[in-house]
Amino acid sequence: MEVTTKSMPYEAWKDNEYIEKLVKELQESGTNVVVGKLDQLINWGRSNSLWPLTFATSCCGIEFVSLGAARFDMARFGWEVARSSPRQADFMMVAGTIVHRMVPVFRRLYDQLAEPKYVIACGSCAISGGPFRKSYHVAKGIEDIVPVDVFVPGCPPRPEAMIYGIMQLSRKIKVEKFFGGVNRQQKQEDFLREHPVEGVND
Amino acid sequence: MQDFSVITNWIHEFLLSTLGLPGWLTLTVECLLVGVGLLLVYALLALFYIYYERKICAFIQCRVGPNRVGPWGLLQSFADMFKILIKEIIHLDHIDRFLFALAPYLVIIASMMAFAVLPWGNGLQVIDFNIGIFFLIAVSSIGVLGILLAGWSSNNKFTLIGALRSGAQMVSYELSIGLSVLTMVCLAGTMSVGGIVEEQSDLWFIFKGHVPAIIAFVIYLIAGTAETNRGPFDLPEAESELTAGYHTEYSGLHFGLFYLAEYLNLFIVSGVAALLFFGGWMPLHIPGWEAFNHVMDYIPSVIWFLGKAFVLSYVIIWFKWTFPRLRIDQLLSLEWKYLLPINLFNLALMVVIIVCGWHF
Amino acid sequence: MAKVQEKIAKLFPQATFEEGERLTVCIAPDQWHDLAKALRHDPDLNFDYLITIVGMDWSDAYGCVYYMMTTNSSEVIAVKVKAADREKPMIASVVDLWPDAGLFEREVYDFFGIIFLNNPDMRRLFLSIDWKGYPLRKDYDDDPAINPVSIENERQTDFTESWVEKDGKVEKVETRIFQPEDFVVNIGPQHPATHGVLRFRTCVNGEEIKKIDVYMGYIHRGVEKLCESLTYPQTLHYMDRLDYFSAHNYHHGLCRLYERAAGIKISRRAEVIRVMMDELSRIASHCLFMGTFCMDLGATSMLFYTLRVREQILDIMEKTCGARMTFNYDCIGGVMQDLAPDFQKDVKELLAVLPANIKEYNKVFTGNVIARNRMEGVGVISREDAIAWGVTGPSGRAAGWSCDIRKIMPYSIYPELEFDEVLATEGDAMARFKVRLEEIVQSARILEQLVDNIPEGEYCVKVPKVLKLPAGSWFELVEGCRGVFGVYLESDGSTKPYRLKIAPPCLPLAGVVDHITRGMKIADLITIGGSLDYIIPDMDR
Repeated sequence: MEVTTKSMPYEAWKDNEYIEKLVKELQESGTNVVVGKLDQLINWGRSNSLWPLTFATSCCGIEFVSLGAARFDMARFGWEVARSSPRQADFMMVAGTIVHRMVPVFRRLYDQLAEPKYVIACGSCAISGGPFRKSYHVAKGIEDIVPVDVFVPGCPPRPEAMIYGIMQLSRKIKVEKFFGGVNRQQKQEDFLREHPVEGVND
Repeated sequence: MQDFSVITNWIHEFLLSTLGLPGWLTLTVECLLVGVGLLLVYALLALFYIYYERKICAFIQCRVGPNRVGPWGLLQSFADMFKILIKEIIHLDHIDRFLFALAPYLVIIASMMAFAVLPWGNGLQVIDFNIGIFFLIAVSSIGVLGILLAGWSSNNKFTLIGALRSGAQMVSYELSIGLSVLTMVCLAGTMSVGGIVEEQSDLWFIFKGHVPAIIAFVIYLIAGTAETNRGPFDLPEAESELTAGYHTEYSGLHFGLFYLAEYLNLFIVSGVAALLFFGGWMPLHIPGWEAFNHVMDYIPSVIWFLGKAFVLSYVIIWFKWTFPRLRIDQLLSLEWKYLLPINLFNLALMVVIIVCGWHF
Repeated sequence: MAKVQEKIAKLFPQATFEEGERLTVCIAPDQWHDLAKALRHDPDLNFDYLITIVGMDWSDAYGCVYYMMTTNSSEVIAVKVKAADREKPMIASVVDLWPDAGLFEREVYDFFGIIFLNNPDMRRLFLSIDWKGYPLRKDYDDDPAINPVSIENERQTDFTESWVEKDGKVEKVETRIFQPEDFVVNIGPQHPATHGVLRFRTCVNGEEIKKIDVYMGYIHRGVEKLCESLTYPQTLHYMDRLDYFSAHNYHHGLCRLYERAAGIKISRRAEVIRVMMDELSRIASHCLFMGTFCMDLGATSMLFYTLRVREQILDIMEKTCGARMTFNYDCIGGVMQDLAPDFQKDVKELLAVLPANIKEYNKVFTGNVIARNRMEGVGVISREDAIAWGVTGPSGRAAGWSCDIRKIMPYSIYPELEFDEVLATEGDAMARFKVRLEEIVQSARILEQLVDNIPEGEYCVKVPKVLKLPAGSWFELVEGCRGVFGVYLESDGSTKPYRLKIAPPCLPLAGVVDHITRGMKIADLITIGGSLDYIIPDMDR
């Protein structure tokens, strides 16, 4: 089984060992045909319909706007339905620095997203704090706050890099399991158990 | 001209005589068939409309729009539907659960019921009774109830403001819709949808009623856009003001229902405009051009109706991607200070024209 | 300047004057408020625009440096006030004289713990109320264990604090911000219309706004503190990330400051390149402003038309600077690398398409009746208000205040260039929109004059690898895309700045929002916010 992407050669993705591992895991666990096909259908829907939450804190957000504009046109992939309400969005592009005061808000937004939800850490600030890492008021990466699916490096990442990042997310979804929840969902649950927020019941 | 009543009659006969079912069972089966058929059309139309709007919007904004999922991105909205169907429906605390769950269905039911009287094609109408157009206006106002409930029950300030805006807006613009429909009913002389279509067999109303019909059409289009909560009248869900307006708290399927209903309402408004001004499913007939009329008759009536509706929807979508949003006070003054007086005057004008026989 | 000094010396004989490039008055804290009153209201002085308040930790005392300007003659003076007590520093507030001092004083309180007496709102500005310590004090302990990252909701208060002097005693007074019966809608921090993470606590009556409490700090990154631990060339790259649309302009400002302090003279070629980049980014910034502003008003398609021009400019910049957004192009001594070979050709192409684009914008949006109804008469700022609240840039010029630093205090090669300062008198959202549109034309005019006249020469002069600036303080003003951008540097003679204060144009813009939205509709708040065009990372730093 290969995770294919329309009009992209498979070699273009060869560097992603993580997804290769997921595919292997999926093959080893085995599943029956009907459930497998159903999974494929669901994953087809999910991976092709990724609606972002309009969430941006700084510079990367402007590149995200450029991503939606005519030159890069994320509408081609069906990502242009940016929802302002977290309840209706599928993934969160964390574009920009997350500072102390923003952390609870950010976490709450994540909690408000409806399952299945994904997070892309976009830009060096979201990944590690970036140029502001040494600051007294900047969170050193969002990995400790929410589970992250894809990291897109850059300061800010070019729109092409963002497209690549979201495509990686879409590939990841293609090897997910709806019934059984082996791959990613398990990790997400573990993470949330380790980082609980008071008042949010799961 | 093909007549779809042949097929429907055949099904009726088949059930009644060939299978020998009793009358009540035949009716039940037929109702079920119609229901399933409508639901199917409903879903397909909504999905088509989502794709349609995204492509038009891309065209206006110098983009290409969805083109990766399926050929020319045709399957994009199907993917969206699959995803929405299995997305989590979030259960919230501190809300009125019953009303919260009821609201999206009310909105859907309103647009569903309006489908019943739309003239899909020659003989292809679910029900044709003598106050068809009146019924249509009546049921389409149920939608506002759903929106108000959604806003109220969510226990969120944004949704509440959105719902109240929507309430004020819908109640106001219903008036304009009603009056412009009334203007056309005067011309038709009947409220039955079938009758209105038949009246236009020689010439569409927009030509027949010339000046007052055109005024009524313009007003109807404006009020219809407002009625569907679409830009430039999208105040209830004004994205930049109220995040997502009355459906901010809805997720998954419930949100999907709102999302579908929005597009279906767009279709209904343009369908009714097609019915009242462009002859419903009636092909384009020009008095005196017999050969031309004959050729036009060969195009199936369903295509005529859908084609007209799509073209009118295009105009409404075009509005949304061109104009900025109005402010609530401007919106209300537009209705009460301008549209309503013009409408009343227009109604009187129409009556004069009909009485004097100045129409074509 | 000499006249001003004479006058102050006559009124306040105790005041001392410091030598420096600008007139600097030192005054004791107990006389400060009287001096401020004289500076503000005396017709000969009339310093009506407070540029910024720089909080300082001079290791022996805390204090403030006030930079103010008179609109009569565009003269800038500085006033140094040292608080008497290092344990509990207190200085009289001047918010009654300059309304924009309110936010500045809160910022200084937040960073240094200096209490401003009689300021009605002495809450912390950027940091939470539970924050321990004052980060810009030299003895601040930045151990992350003291102020850990918490995913628990921040504790918030409904009261403002203020310290009031009564019969020689200082009392703490708490006032309610909103009454219990008020209907308060929380707009932001995650909201599509706030252009980032600003939060408005909006008290509404139906659709009408009664009061707004601006709540910021959601992107406060502590740039000023970070700069203190970096060498001078290293501090430059933060300028890209404040107002990311005026990256070149901010770089230009800081470079000029360092060059003046170090006595470096840069080549003319570098000056021309810098100015061209400034104007290019001004066009790009105003284009994006138009797009996002129209999107706020609901006309989404405009964004796509304006971004077309912006992308073209970004291409030009990318060819030369190598990045689309954070360029880090201006450096001490000139610019990082030489212009790309086809820079001139690209700029000419851009200038050729600009008029047609502007015509299109006017056709699509400015002439639209709905757009005009939404913008005309909304969020009116009078000239006096603009000066008092420190609303500079296109927003200030829309109110009729001639505040373009390029004209009133020309720097670099601007005196030689022909361009007009765009002014309007209405002061409403429409005027702000039109001023920006017209400024694109003026920037294009500047580019036209320069594109064929880029002199040969070196693009960067030799600068010592390890740059040490002499001890002293400098203040530099340049025109960013959103208004007056000021930098204050205090050097102790080492390779790192002792204190680098950034005075952004966007902070006063946030302060004026409450003032001009009262009685307006919720939808007008969006129009006003969009037309003021603030950038939150610039505001919060």
